[in-house]
Amino acid sequence: MSDKLNLVLNVWRQKGPKDAGRFVRYEVKDISTHMSFLEMLDVLNERLLAQGEEPIAFDHDCREGICGACGVVIDGSPHGPSKRTTTCQLHMRSFRSGQELTVEPWRAAAFPVLRDLVVDRSALDRIIQAGGYVGVRSGSPRDANSIPVRKEDADLAMDAAACIGCGACVAACPNASASLFTAAKISHLALLPQGQPERRERAIAMVARMDGEGFGHCTNHGECESSCPKGISVDNIARMNREFLAAAAASRRPLGAEAKDDDGGA
Amino acid sequence: MTVLDARAPSGPIDARWDRRRFEMKLVNPANRRKFSIIVVGSGLAGGAAAATLGELGYDVRCFCYQDSPRRAHSIAAQGGINAAKNYQNDGDSVYRLFHDTVKGGDFRARESNVYRLAQLSVNIIDQCVAQGVPFAREYGGLLANRSFGGAQVSRTFYARGQTGQQLLLGAYQALERQVAAGTVKMYPRHEMMDVVVVGGRARGIVTRDLVTGAIEAHVADVVVLATGGYGNVFFLSTNAKGCNTTAIWRAHRRGALFANPCFTQIHPTCIPVAGDYQSKLTLMSESLRNDGRVWVPRGAEDCGADPAKIPEDRRDYYLERIYPSFGNLVPRDIASRRAKEMCDQGRGVGPEVAGVRRGVYLDFRDAIQRLGRQTVAERYGNLFEMYERITGEDPFDVPMRIYPATHYTMGGLWVNYDLESTIPGLFVGGEANFSDHGANRLGASALMQGLADGYFVLPATLGHYLGATKLEKLTAEHAEVRGAVEEVRARVDKLLSIGGKRSPDSFHRELGALIWDNCGMSRNAANLERALRRIPELRAEFWENLAVVGSGSELNQVLEKASRVADFMELGELMCRDALSRDESCGCHYREEHVTPEGEAKRDDAGFQHVAAWEWRGPDAEPVRHQEALEFELVKPVQRSYV
Ligand SMILES: Cc1cc2nc3c(=O)[nH]c(=O)nc-3n(C[C@H](O)[C@H](O)[C@H](O)COP(=O)(O)OP(=O)(O)OC[C@H]3O[C@@H](n4cnc5c(N)ncnc54)[C@H](O)[C@@H]3O)c2cc1C
Ligand code: FES
Repeated sequence: MSDKLNLVLNVWRQKGPKDAGRFVRYEVKDISTHMSFLEMLDVLNERLLAQGEEPIAFDHDCREGICGACGVVIDGSPHGPSKRTTTCQLHMRSFRSGQELTVEPWRAAAFPVLRDLVVDRSALDRIIQAGGYVGVRSGSPRDANSIPVRKEDADLAMDAAACIGCGACVAACPNASASLFTAAKISHLALLPQGQPERRERAIAMVARMDGEGFGHCTNHGECESSCPKGISVDNIARMNREFLAAAAASRRPLGAEAKDDDGGA
Repeated sequence: MTVLDARAPSGPIDARWDRRRFEMKLVNPANRRKFSIIVVGSGLAGGAAAATLGELGYDVRCFCYQDSPRRAHSIAAQGGINAAKNYQNDGDSVYRLFHDTVKGGDFRARESNVYRLAQLSVNIIDQCVAQGVPFAREYGGLLANRSFGGAQVSRTFYARGQTGQQLLLGAYQALERQVAAGTVKMYPRHEMMDVVVVGGRARGIVTRDLVTGAIEAHVADVVVLATGGYGNVFFLSTNAKGCNTTAIWRAHRRGALFANPCFTQIHPTCIPVAGDYQSKLTLMSESLRNDGRVWVPRGAEDCGADPAKIPEDRRDYYLERIYPSFGNLVPRDIASRRAKEMCDQGRGVGPEVAGVRRGVYLDFRDAIQRLGRQTVAERYGNLFEMYERITGEDPFDVPMRIYPATHYTMGGLWVNYDLESTIPGLFVGGEANFSDHGANRLGASALMQGLADGYFVLPATLGHYLGATKLEKLTAEHAEVRGAVEEVRARVDKLLSIGGKRSPDSFHRELGALIWDNCGMSRNAANLERALRRIPELRAEFWENLAVVGSGSELNQVLEKASRVADFMELGELMCRDALSRDESCGCHYREEHVTPEGEAKRDDAGFQHVAAWEWRGPDAEPVRHQEALEFELVKPVQRSYV
């Protein structure tokens, strides 16, 4: 088998947030199968630059599948065809020579395109601001081993906490819901003793903020889990729903009302 | 040359930090809101500092170049974080961690700082657990530990292979809590391009908004740089692609001394370069060396052969041969240098890149026979998967190939005991300062240092600075501030207008190769001198033949790279100069002229038991070398030996 490929890419090009975008066709030749998808884009970008054309903008940083910066939709799949793999770790050996691919940014009302394949995901940070933390002060906690945690709970919490915040779940969801992202953080903290004091307020406030940011509702398609590069389970969404209902039932606040930022007693 | 004063407290070592804190001025809680603080960086050091300072009630602004503070490079740390908790009852203590760190750094770190780091390590774990960091646990519900990087005690805390991620998310969540509370304003996608110095004090920064291109000044009462390491000067490293030296280099040009720039750490177990398009290198956890055996063919004729067909007597298990007692577990720098040596002898394996095979085998065949496939999969399954995802080869069938890569930079801006640089009001934390690791960092100690600086040291010392210093009111209209903004604008315009032919990446690759060959794993005067002649030529070509397209008033990733590469050029030269003038070997700094008969780094304590801190004098002028003498009251310098 040859370890070189020729491909045709139809890449979304958009100059700025207010400009109209369009697909532009590029032929790339002699691509080594050992390259990552982003290295293939690097090679194309070097060529564009040499021709005096503007290279394709895309977000990336660690290139190890952990920072969550990268992510494009390849032929309709967020992060491309390989399971549990971020775009930066996707290698060209997953493609066949002669293939024609479309490459687009995450599409969601809550993720406006900034340029080409780069989108604004700050809505995810605002969901965390609504309550995705434990309200402890620096400097004076008690000894770490005075809070024992069942290993099983710690492992489940870690499964949820492994989310890298890339936004592929939103891009994969027909409703552009951020439920998997939000549920992962609610679960991580709800599973640990440290998360208990703010458990109710957290569930209500984070869900309200998610809705307020313009993400859609979850209607159980499950596309989020299958496109998640970290394999975060939709079980977390079920847990979020339980947390939310229990919190809403126990809360004196009317259900769904915009929650105030609870400062956690700082 | 001046002799630098670290202003470290004296007296019993275990009381120094307490004493220093007691001497410090405090800021009345009601007044804190009136003080403004800029924190550049949202990694472990910057994120923890910004969150803590916000919580104390200061008016904080925090900057990072990524789209979210959660993506700082700290996220990529895998192995773990050290702390002297002695939870395993195996004889660990604050003193032992202190001792190991001073010795591990080959006696080129400051004892007072290292002791404080070891003391604070204990508080870090408490802090992170309280935040809900899901560290690994034992069945009894208590925290689990492992031994790491050859340490004789189990003092490393971890969260699967994602310790950095979980620690950073803890700090990030604390930070976002402060953003919601209104004490911290976050500026993502902002690149710091300069510091503003007014009346001899750091009073702000100049940034470029990476989306709109707007160049602006932000003024404040005090500035913290926590912008990470400069390993990307090598182009290929295990660092994230955006890691840069710009923030600290710009501060250096404004008067902050740069300490020990040549102290850079090379990690032995990374996935080798596969082709000339390679954009970064991926680290494989060092734990692999616990069971994997490192070898190369005895003769070059076997290097292209199927490794399974190379018989035992034609293999050279060189680490086991040279270091019979430590074998495959020799320290990072030794394992790295020996691998390079094998490849330089033409005995490397894997694909040829630029005519040389740069890789050695890390073979699990014997471990699989001894322990069974199941056990090997339990121990290393996720690492094997990661390796296979990148290389397309399954380490159960074909031996892994590894090669050393740049990983961490011990050098950085010089700071005193309070983490203040030589520019008053400019504090530096995390990997960006010249740190507590001397000439070599021990595994799992960088995360510890970043969080110690961010959660504990900086909040205390900044408070003192603000309480003890009388600062004049300053606005962005001040002439010095406007001047700094104009200089940044002019530099960006210059980068955009060269109209040459070579991309920023092509300059960066060439610079990286030069530094790697001449100021990498092993160094000698002739090579360093050659690099010192070549880098200025390359820098001159850069300013004449650089190609950047697009404008400055939009998201322009080529421009971002160009601006960073320009600073790496100047830094690379300083690294070579530092390596040349440090005419000894120590830790990671291996000068071929100074080796013991066993081939190990040979220190010259009479000549070089000091920190070298460089003063900028202009792009074409020789920098001035200052010194901070190091004293070892408690841990007596000895020669390392592993044979
Ligand atoms: C692959 C890998 C694995 C590692 N594993 C371990 C480990 O197991 N244990 C351990 O102890 N250490 C480990 N290290 C080292 C450790 O991760 C780092 O030293 C540490 O995380 C650095 O933290 P920091 O806060 O100083 O900087 P960083 O996390 O690098 O953060 C820098 C911040 O500064 C910002 N910034 C940088 N430049 C600018 C600029 N010009 N303008 C604006 N913002 C800027 C960035 O946006 C970012 O927010 C590892 C390193 C690597 C590369
Ligand atoms: S670049 Fe970090 S996850 Fe892909």
